[in-house]
Amino acid sequence: MSHKVLIADDEPNIVISLEYLMKRAGYQVSIARDGQEALDTIRRERPRLVLLDVMMPRKSGFDVCQELRADEQIKDTLVLMLTAKGRDTDVNKGLGVGADAYMTKPFATKELVAKVAEMLGAAP
Amino acid sequence: MVDAAWVIGVAFAYLSLLFAVATYGDRRARQGRSVIGNAWVYALSMAVYCSAWTYFGSVGRAASGGVWFLPIYLGPMLAMILAWMLLRKMIRIARAYRITSIADFIASRYGKSQALAGLVTLITVVGLVPYIALQLKGIAVAYALMTQMPGSATGGAAPWWADSTLYVALALAGFTIVFGARHLDSAERHEGMVAAIAFESVVKLLAFLAVGGFVVWGLFDGLGDLFAKAQAVPELARLLSLSQGKAFAYEQWFALTMLSGLSVLFLPRQFQVMVVENVDERHLKRAAWVFPLYLLLINLFVLPIALAGLLRLGAGANAEGFVLTLPLAAGHTGLALLAFVGGLSAATGMVIVEAIAVSTMVCNDLVMPMLLRTRRFQAAAGSDLTGFLLAIRRAAIVAILLLGYLYYRLAGEAYALVGIGLISFAAVAQFAPAMLGGMYWKGGTRAGALAGLGSGFAVWLYTLLLPSFAKSGWLGRDFLAHGAFGWELLRPEALFGLKGLDYLTHSLFWSLLCNGAAYVVVSLWRAPAARETSQALLFVDVFKRTAVAGPVFWRGRAQVADLLPLLGRFLGLSRAQALFDEHARRRGLAHRDALQPDAQLVQFVETQLAGAIGSASARVMVASVVEEESLGLDDVMRILDEASQLRAYSHQLEQVTDELKRANEQLKSLDRLKDDFMSSVTHELRTPLTSIRALAEVMRDDAEMPAEQRQEFLGIVVAETERLSRLVNQVLDMAKIESGHAEWHNSDVDLRALLTQAVHTTEAMFRERGASLSLQLPDALPTLRADADRLMQVLLNLLSNAAKFVPTGSGRVELRLDADAAGVTVSVQDNGAGVPADQRALIFERFRQGGDALNRPQGTGLGLPISRQIVEHFGGRMWLQADAAQGACFCFTLPWQTAAQPDETPQGDTK
Repeated sequence: MSHKVLIADDEPNIVISLEYLMKRAGYQVSIARDGQEALDTIRRERPRLVLLDVMMPRKSGFDVCQELRADEQIKDTLVLMLTAKGRDTDVNKGLGVGADAYMTKPFATKELVAKVAEMLGAAP
Repeated sequence: MVDAAWVIGVAFAYLSLLFAVATYGDRRARQGRSVIGNAWVYALSMAVYCSAWTYFGSVGRAASGGVWFLPIYLGPMLAMILAWMLLRKMIRIARAYRITSIADFIASRYGKSQALAGLVTLITVVGLVPYIALQLKGIAVAYALMTQMPGSATGGAAPWWADSTLYVALALAGFTIVFGARHLDSAERHEGMVAAIAFESVVKLLAFLAVGGFVVWGLFDGLGDLFAKAQAVPELARLLSLSQGKAFAYEQWFALTMLSGLSVLFLPRQFQVMVVENVDERHLKRAAWVFPLYLLLINLFVLPIALAGLLRLGAGANAEGFVLTLPLAAGHTGLALLAFVGGLSAATGMVIVEAIAVSTMVCNDLVMPMLLRTRRFQAAAGSDLTGFLLAIRRAAIVAILLLGYLYYRLAGEAYALVGIGLISFAAVAQFAPAMLGGMYWKGGTRAGALAGLGSGFAVWLYTLLLPSFAKSGWLGRDFLAHGAFGWELLRPEALFGLKGLDYLTHSLFWSLLCNGAAYVVVSLWRAPAARETSQALLFVDVFKRTAVAGPVFWRGRAQVADLLPLLGRFLGLSRAQALFDEHARRRGLAHRDALQPDAQLVQFVETQLAGAIGSASARVMVASVVEEESLGLDDVMRILDEASQLRAYSHQLEQVTDELKRANEQLKSLDRLKDDFMSSVTHELRTPLTSIRALAEVMRDDAEMPAEQRQEFLGIVVAETERLSRLVNQVLDMAKIESGHAEWHNSDVDLRALLTQAVHTTEAMFRERGASLSLQLPDALPTLRADADRLMQVLLNLLSNAAKFVPTGSGRVELRLDADAAGVTVSVQDNGAGVPADQRALIFERFRQGGDALNRPQGTGLGLPISRQIVEHFGGRMWLQADAAQGACFCFTLPWQTAAQPDETPQGDTK
């Protein structure tokens, strides 16, 4: 059974590359282009894992993550935060709001795919 | 009469006590808990001024001259109260340049001259021999009085090998060596000695007060009774009046006061305790009133004792011994012993300090320079000389005391004690012009000092010392009566016919006159050499120079490998290493090996060495191991200029630091902004990079990707690369403009042509979007001085923004140029959606883009901020029109008088 993965990023070209990668890895892919849309899509489609960009309009990735964890129904969604912000403070903040993993852009495609697989593999 | 054994026993017991105090003081100093770092000890140590003269001489003087014993003490009191600032300067100079004696002071001031050092030492030795003799005489007289029947002759008739005074002199020499010449200290500090001196000052004061109290209230019924009885006797009544039955000799009173005032500064022992042994300048304030108070107290009973003695023991008795004979006559041997101890204490204290001071001078400023000339000495480089130096000092101490004894034998009978002492005072007074001039007048030269000292000393010799020999019978008395070579004008006590003055005032007058005149005239005659000038500056301006690091007047080449052993030769290797380490630490280096052999190090070594062997010799020794370039006068001035500039800078820096403190908060917030900016920039740069990398990797890993897909991806990669380039360029542009490093190529810009060109350039873009662009220009316009390319950049930015945000197909953009007296106004009006109210403030911020978040057109977000910066650079303003009916209207103005300077490049200041 293939897992559902949500890609939440406002940069179209990044979405293109992520979509390709996830599809190639065999997952079902949905897309959200801002924070609010991301939450709505999560609630609606219940993806197993979210590739969450931090810098998004309307709601930032941090806010999405926080609300996610606070919502009983979707709090167990796996979150892999992706962002160009790489300072320690940002990493800590991401992990602090409940992200399961944090990767900085630009990322190595192999690593990203492996990480996703690991996270999904470990999940029941 | 007291048993001799008692007297000797008590004497030794007391001296042992003094020694114990000194040892304690030294031990505490080694432990770092100095007992002398205390204003009271400092002030009391100054009381070494009161010697056997005070105990015996003053009373004797009072008995014959009444209140004429006073000026000797008035002088120091006035000097301390009025001239303690002078002393402070002396202390500061001595501390800064590690000066350890008067000879060193004078020699150092006048260019580190060995000749001057030698001359001053010579004058000191010759001048002080009588003074030391005085102490020996005092002790001899006291001993004789204690152990013989009153009225019998005092010693001096015995052959020298049986003369107990000789043994006293030798014993004193031994004690002095033990007190002050056991080891070499590069700072010439003798903490134990100072402690002992302070202690004995207390002892002698208490002893004298005890005797005085006994005399006034024991033998008589108080001061009133004593004075009343004295008034009753006509000869004694005379003593109580100032005039002594004759006309009051104002000039003599003045001369004596001035003489003793000078002596309190220039006697070697006073210089030693007040300047060299001083640990803290601030102690001076306390001493300025404690020392005069001490003098007052110890002199309180001098006249009463003298009167009492004359009343009780008759006019024929030896008045100098009253302080002993009065208690003895009354049967109070204990009190007499106490008084004896006090007198002994006074004499011993003086001898010890004086001998140590003089031996330091002899070693550093007389013997060392002579030895340095001998090749054999220099050739013994590398050997440890500390033992040798110590031996010289000890020999000097013994020699001085023996000379004192010799004078005592030969000429001790000529004058009363006071007379002998005054001869010595007059000798050290010769230092006054050279020293005082040296501290306050930059024009004093070495030649002037030599001339002054030489002539003053010669006159002193002729008018005071030789007559004293003559009066004792060791020289013919002819020249006294008729002048040298029979010339009446050269009579030693009436030079050039100046009669009517007592011998002392006369001598003082002539010697100081010749001294001062020669000093001034010769100094003015020829300009000082470079080294003298630099030293003059260092001395006279010492208060200005010791606050910040002073200028280093040295130039040349040196090696650390030479400097360290050199210092080790005179201070011991381990101490030299420790000093080097400390110096390295003070300059912020970890270890002495990191020290560079620069001028500062050389000066450091020379200064330390000066503490051990005197500055003149130190200079010679250092010069022997380094290659020094002789400094010309210009060099000195240049170094001084640099140093004063440095001082000015450091002063300015202090002011700036205060301003910086106030601006600190502002800077912190700016820092946060910068961090945000950096963070934004990296974020913006990483975003296209992410796509580029991800897509490139995807294409690499999937060889079977369909060609269409590959093309699509490659297209994205290329586009993102371009985006990245644009972004990098704009960020750089922004940074350059903001930091003032941008290049501006200004010219006279024809604005109409510029705007027209902008329209042409953007034609294609507008056509693509189906939008129209209209242009409104005034008819004629003066040119504007600005950078045409930059202005074009602004115009293109505004136009392309407008093109992005107008609706497709029906977009209308108007570009308008207006002019008035103040400047021009350019406005770009579009009929797009306009800027929402909440975004109006944000629109000009970096990386912010307007428009709908979802449909944001390609852009960097930096265009508007850069445009605004450009406009503001030329003194203009850019804004978003607040009341535009529909769409957005971006406007900017440029004044006719733009802030442009011709062709600003980053080398100049642009803002």
